[in-house]
Amino acid sequence: MSETTPILSVRGISKSFPGVKALAGVDFNLYQGEVHALMGENGAGKSTLIKLLTGVYERDQGQIFLEGKEIRPHSPNHAQEMGISTVYQEVNLVPTLSVAENIFLGRQPLRFGAIQWQKMKTGAEAALQRLNLNLDVKQQLSSYSIAVQQMVAIARALDISAKILILDEPTSSLDSNEVAQLFKVVRKLKKDGLGIIFVTHFLDQVYEISDRITVLRNGQLVGEFETGALPRIELIKKMIGREFEAFNAQDDKRESSAEIDKKQFMKVERLSKKGAVVPFDLSLHIGEVLGLAGLLGSGRTEIARLLFGIDKADHGRIFLDNRQVAFFSPRKAIAFGFGFCPEDRKTSGIIEELSVKENIILALQAKKGWLHTISRKTQEEIAATYIRTLNIATPNADQKVKNLSGGNQQKAIVARWLASNPRFLILDEPTRGIDIGAKAEIQKLILSLSNEGMSILFISSELNEVTRCAHRVVVLRDRRKITELTADQIDEQVIMHTIAEG
Amino acid sequence: MKIKIDRKYIPVIATFLVALLLYCGVGIRYPGFMTFRVFVNFFIDNAYLGIAAIGMTFVILSGGIDLSVGSMVAFTGVLTAFLIEKQGLHPLMAIVISLGCGSLIGYVMGCLIHYFKSAPFIVTLTGMFFCRGLANLISLESIPIYNPVFKSFVRLAVELPGRIKIPAIVFIFLLVFIAAIYIAHFTKFGRNVYALGGSSQSALLMGLPVGRTRIAVYALSGFLSALAGVVFTMYTSAGYGLSGLGMEMEAIASVVIGGTLLTGGVGYVAGTLVGVLIQAIIQTFITFDGTLSSWWTKIAIGLLLLIFILLQRFISQASRISKPTETVNI
Repeated sequence: MSETTPILSVRGISKSFPGVKALAGVDFNLYQGEVHALMGENGAGKSTLIKLLTGVYERDQGQIFLEGKEIRPHSPNHAQEMGISTVYQEVNLVPTLSVAENIFLGRQPLRFGAIQWQKMKTGAEAALQRLNLNLDVKQQLSSYSIAVQQMVAIARALDISAKILILDEPTSSLDSNEVAQLFKVVRKLKKDGLGIIFVTHFLDQVYEISDRITVLRNGQLVGEFETGALPRIELIKKMIGREFEAFNAQDDKRESSAEIDKKQFMKVERLSKKGAVVPFDLSLHIGEVLGLAGLLGSGRTEIARLLFGIDKADHGRIFLDNRQVAFFSPRKAIAFGFGFCPEDRKTSGIIEELSVKENIILALQAKKGWLHTISRKTQEEIAATYIRTLNIATPNADQKVKNLSGGNQQKAIVARWLASNPRFLILDEPTRGIDIGAKAEIQKLILSLSNEGMSILFISSELNEVTRCAHRVVVLRDRRKITELTADQIDEQVIMHTIAEG
Repeated sequence: MKIKIDRKYIPVIATFLVALLLYCGVGIRYPGFMTFRVFVNFFIDNAYLGIAAIGMTFVILSGGIDLSVGSMVAFTGVLTAFLIEKQGLHPLMAIVISLGCGSLIGYVMGCLIHYFKSAPFIVTLTGMFFCRGLANLISLESIPIYNPVFKSFVRLAVELPGRIKIPAIVFIFLLVFIAAIYIAHFTKFGRNVYALGGSSQSALLMGLPVGRTRIAVYALSGFLSALAGVVFTMYTSAGYGLSGLGMEMEAIASVVIGGTLLTGGVGYVAGTLVGVLIQAIIQTFITFDGTLSSWWTKIAIGLLLLIFILLQRFISQASRISKPTETVNI
């Protein structure tokens, strides 16, 4: 198929945001009648590339060719008119209107200015027929499952005009039956000669449906591969980006692992939440660093959220200090001595407009209750202590947090939870997007905290970090706990093989 | 054959049943109630409320709210009376100016809501104070209208056998009603209003003219409120700055009782008409009874509202249970 010219061709495209180079000189080719998977971990540049193609962002450099002609999409509508349609994870349709209306909204057939409902109905049925779907198009969209809603979105996109269909993580909220249903449609469209870009985190699905794979990492193109010729383990290596060079990881942790207090701190049994994680068991000892390894979307963050009580589990039991806890919420978790540094510090951690000091004090204040004031002097002392111990680079404690660099913001959040003196700290990707030096410091901090008896759940996409810090590693794939590795088994290669083969 | 009722029709059907039940119930108690004359009176006495409520229906369908309605009725009523009686303008001219003012104020509120992303509640609350202030600025006293041309408008009526007169305001009301149904169901604008209320984010991504639609909705509501003001002036033959106090709430009640979801996107203009009629029936019942305080109307409306809001909650919950795959993004 590579003999023909590509229907869509991207040459050396670049995009920068303040402080970040999101894409640097990336090439991408899509041919007619192929499903092309776009793979990469968080921050790899997938969504930036999609947004450039669909006109959400404008590129800094590079060219995009559609059927050999250069295009410059400046809005999603513009891209759509040219034939580039996107279906997102969240269905962007109006749930309260009928299926037929959703397909024709904004372009209803008119006669003398009046909408022709009958014509709309037959038109909608024809559009769905193209996907081999028979629906009662007069029903409200929300009466159908998410999978069907997504297919209605595809039908709308195709009916407007489509040469290229971008499926941006369409399967994230579907169960396996619905995925099968969606894939049937995708195969049909492929046969009809559409070019389909498929973004997902699910390896199984990539191997099930895609013809070729383009891997991005840190805004760079890693390569373009035939799916059949790329073993899973190779794909994972390319996404995570570490060849098996020898590295001096095993230095600082092991001596402490022997003297771990074997007393159990927390145990969960058969904890699960539909659409987030399948039932899993987990135990955590005092002074232990438990690593969660797995690709993005494998259920790492979901487990952290369940443990901290942000999401309610559907089933399962939680024990703390060997006593069962009936109801769990973040408030209760904090009372038990939990701390949680969330993955996305911008949206769910840092309060940008507050000062460094105020951000650090926050958790302690919440723990004490809002009626108990912390004197200004104590506040300043606490802030000063953590700014010093964590090396937070800030001119003074009253600086607004938004003026700090990413790594220092991260440290401020860690400081926030340390100040509340937790027994158990959940760190979800604490080192994402910060520089090497800060990474090393945070890793050192994790180890010294665990030596002092703090239990830590450490989540990271960077396997070398996990292997370096964790006493025990739980490996996840596709929202399932696959295995638990201890002591000598903790090795990047072992983890990668486990993720690949399950 | 099994009759399948679409879930979205349940509130409207419930409204209709309640109206029928009330009507028959009161009719059995007071034999004079179920006459055509009383029925026509429902429309005469509530034409202004009905017109304003239809404007409100569009606003609520779009996911917003308009609190300026009552004050707008007072303002445009006083303005019409003032222009005719004190300025000596031709009544038609006065009416056109009033309608223009109402539309303009609605348009400006819509712009504020859209361009400054302000909450409709606050913006229209501002409009409410503004209009009420203007109304009382024009005149603190009620302005009676003696103008013969205007009087002849008021007296325009179709006479039916049995000496039942149907005055012009009833026809205005019915005309607005029919036009509103057409707009809501057979124009792109109408469907965009539904889409906007159903999910403004999706509407935007589907390339619908979200801004234009939102502004037009408030302008339309302003226009219809102004028309309600003119109709009210015809009904009372006077303009008064304190009229229409709290009327926006009655309009909202009519819309909600009529089965339109306060969250937007779901509802029917026809439901609003029935909602208005339910209020009319209760009011007339209390007049027929003669011993009850007229404030019982408010209590009854309050209870009905409560029931309907619970019903809506129940329906939307039931529909959520039937699709467990729905995800919540935090």
